[in-house]
Amino acid sequence: MALAETTDTSPIGALGAPRSSSALSGWLSQHAATLILGVLLLILPAVAGSFILVQVFGWAMILGIIALSLMFLGGYGGMVSLAQMTVAGVSGYMITVFGASSLPAISLFWPWWVAAPIAIAIAVAFGALTGALSARTEGIYTIMITLAIAAAFFYLTLQNWPIFNGFAGFTTIPAPIAFGINWKHPVPLYYLILFFAALSYLAVLYISRAPFGLALQGVRDNPRRMEAIGYNVTAHRIAAWAFAALIAAIGGILMVWLNNQISPGSAGIEATIDLLVIAVVGGLGHPIGAFIGAIIYVILRTFALDALVQVGLDGRRFQTLIGLTFLVIVLFSPDGVIGLWRRWSARALSPRRRDG
Amino acid sequence: MATAFGNEETVRGAGRGDAVARWIGRNPLPALVIAVAVIFALWLILAPWPAGFEDVFGKKRLFINALFNGVTLGGLYFLVATGFTLIFGLMRNVNLAHGSLYLFGGYMGYEATQWTDSWLLSYVVAFLCCAAVGAAMQFFIFRRMEGEDLRQTLVTLGLSIVFSDLMVWVWGGNAIQIDTPDYLLGPTPTPIVVAIKSSGEAVFLQYPRVRLVIFIAAVLIGIGMWLALHRTRIGVMIRAGVDDRDMLSVLGYRVQLLFILVFAFGAGLAGMAGIVGGTFQSISLGEDQHFLLASLQVVIVGGMGSIPGAALGAIIIGCAEQFGQTYFQNYATVLTFVIMVIVLAIRPQGLLGRR
Repeated sequence: MALAETTDTSPIGALGAPRSSSALSGWLSQHAATLILGVLLLILPAVAGSFILVQVFGWAMILGIIALSLMFLGGYGGMVSLAQMTVAGVSGYMITVFGASSLPAISLFWPWWVAAPIAIAIAVAFGALTGALSARTEGIYTIMITLAIAAAFFYLTLQNWPIFNGFAGFTTIPAPIAFGINWKHPVPLYYLILFFAALSYLAVLYISRAPFGLALQGVRDNPRRMEAIGYNVTAHRIAAWAFAALIAAIGGILMVWLNNQISPGSAGIEATIDLLVIAVVGGLGHPIGAFIGAIIYVILRTFALDALVQVGLDGRRFQTLIGLTFLVIVLFSPDGVIGLWRRWSARALSPRRRDG
Repeated sequence: MATAFGNEETVRGAGRGDAVARWIGRNPLPALVIAVAVIFALWLILAPWPAGFEDVFGKKRLFINALFNGVTLGGLYFLVATGFTLIFGLMRNVNLAHGSLYLFGGYMGYEATQWTDSWLLSYVVAFLCCAAVGAAMQFFIFRRMEGEDLRQTLVTLGLSIVFSDLMVWVWGGNAIQIDTPDYLLGPTPTPIVVAIKSSGEAVFLQYPRVRLVIFIAAVLIGIGMWLALHRTRIGVMIRAGVDDRDMLSVLGYRVQLLFILVFAFGAGLAGMAGIVGGTFQSISLGEDQHFLLASLQVVIVGGMGSIPGAALGAIIIGCAEQFGQTYFQNYATVLTFVIMVIVLAIRPQGLLGRR
């Protein structure tokens, strides 16, 4: 946002240049940061080891995808959902139930191109049902209802052995092999995750400016007025839930393929709350916030233990660190890191503007 | 918008009976169904079952035990959830740290029993400790972000993360059991026949005394709270604040003080419930989430901000959990979930809630 403000004046002055190339260079300079980031992520496998590649960036992008679905609902729809991790969990469990795992008693061993669409369809149906339940109530009730649903799912997976295999869950999920590539090897897996992260990011960005997204934001800001204009408020909300569930479901399948296991804790209450932490710390104002929050979280999660020990604190107090980070963000910058960045760049820019 | 602390159409006791009679007059069929259901339930509980019955429901002892466990668990849930619903009704604050307060109360009560050897005194300690934490939360944090309910909720979430981690630090991850005092140990005979011996002699149900006593205490607390809300000046202020807190503060009442008191009281109740939970079952890591979930379910089913609703919801959820565990273990949570879904689909504001 702030970046666009700085750059959008420059190409207009480029007189004499052919129109198409000025439009292209304008587009290029407007999206410079995105493009640079994209190129960096594309060439990352050339420099990074497989741990950094998969366990840090891959994991962060998966959490980012799932947090993106939360951001979409919360930021554009005004419905802060705690059930997004559960949706991801549903699709993750379903792909192990319909696909392959080390448990022949439960898994049906259908090929991935059958299992994955079924898993996604079930997760989307679950998300839409959750949406239908909470769309009838307003505002803060959504958090309560979705948290109750998320917790119910967690306890169900914990207690249920015939389908979810209780607290043990599923392990050793074989790799999907397609087009002759084993997608569980670090580099293919990384590119697979990157592809879906970019796809879902661009999809959310596109929808936020499409008529549906604009109507959704209208519903967020003033449902009664939208109703009066003739929009079906409930239908828009449920459609938003279904779309968010689609994103979360993709994230859930990638999560299973990356972790090679799924158990109740994967979509447990802590994971659910961590996901909200990610989305809020990143900022609900822009889709990129979900990914920023995710990378901050994963870096903290991966390196905080050593860092805490280094400064002489108990490394096990990691959760306190996460909670305090979250509290500081909520108390001092409710729009997350993105908000910090926007305010900082606005302040940095304003004197220069006056000079110019 | 406003939420109810009771059936507000009648405040005075005399009008209440009339309202019931009028309701029956207006809805004769549902009233008949309810009456038949109540009579059938009473017969199911009190009478010995005929032979074919046990094939369907299993042993009567199992059924009655599930029922008693469910109702007494409902009493515990009520203690936790009333604080939650009261805080939500008055301050519109979804206190997601409520489970942490419950757990904290349990641990403080445990410490108190270790030090003083008095089970009753531990309730006072737990109440005071949790009330102090609750009052501090309201005074230092939520007072500064009034009206921003999403932000308040996020803060309570952050606090719950920190609290639970700190409690793991202090008390570790092992389950702690609070000892039942001697005078409450052992079973109490009840006049309920669970089986008939081949000699024709009736077998009566024996039920743990402590659970019965605590359930009665929960009922008394509920009645006391209802009376306090409907018969005292501060109760009137709270109900007025639930309906329109801006108006209340414009009229010159000290709303901030009221908020702190209610937050402290709700937190204190959760703390006392922690001891009950520690005596019934045990307190350990993860129980905070369990009881937060229970409060959420109770409040969603019963009605948000309503104390009679919390009582009704607590009994329903408690029974659903126990019957689920007795009759279909693998899908026990599905039962509470289905109840929640049905209530949300038919009455999104909860059974006794108001829009």
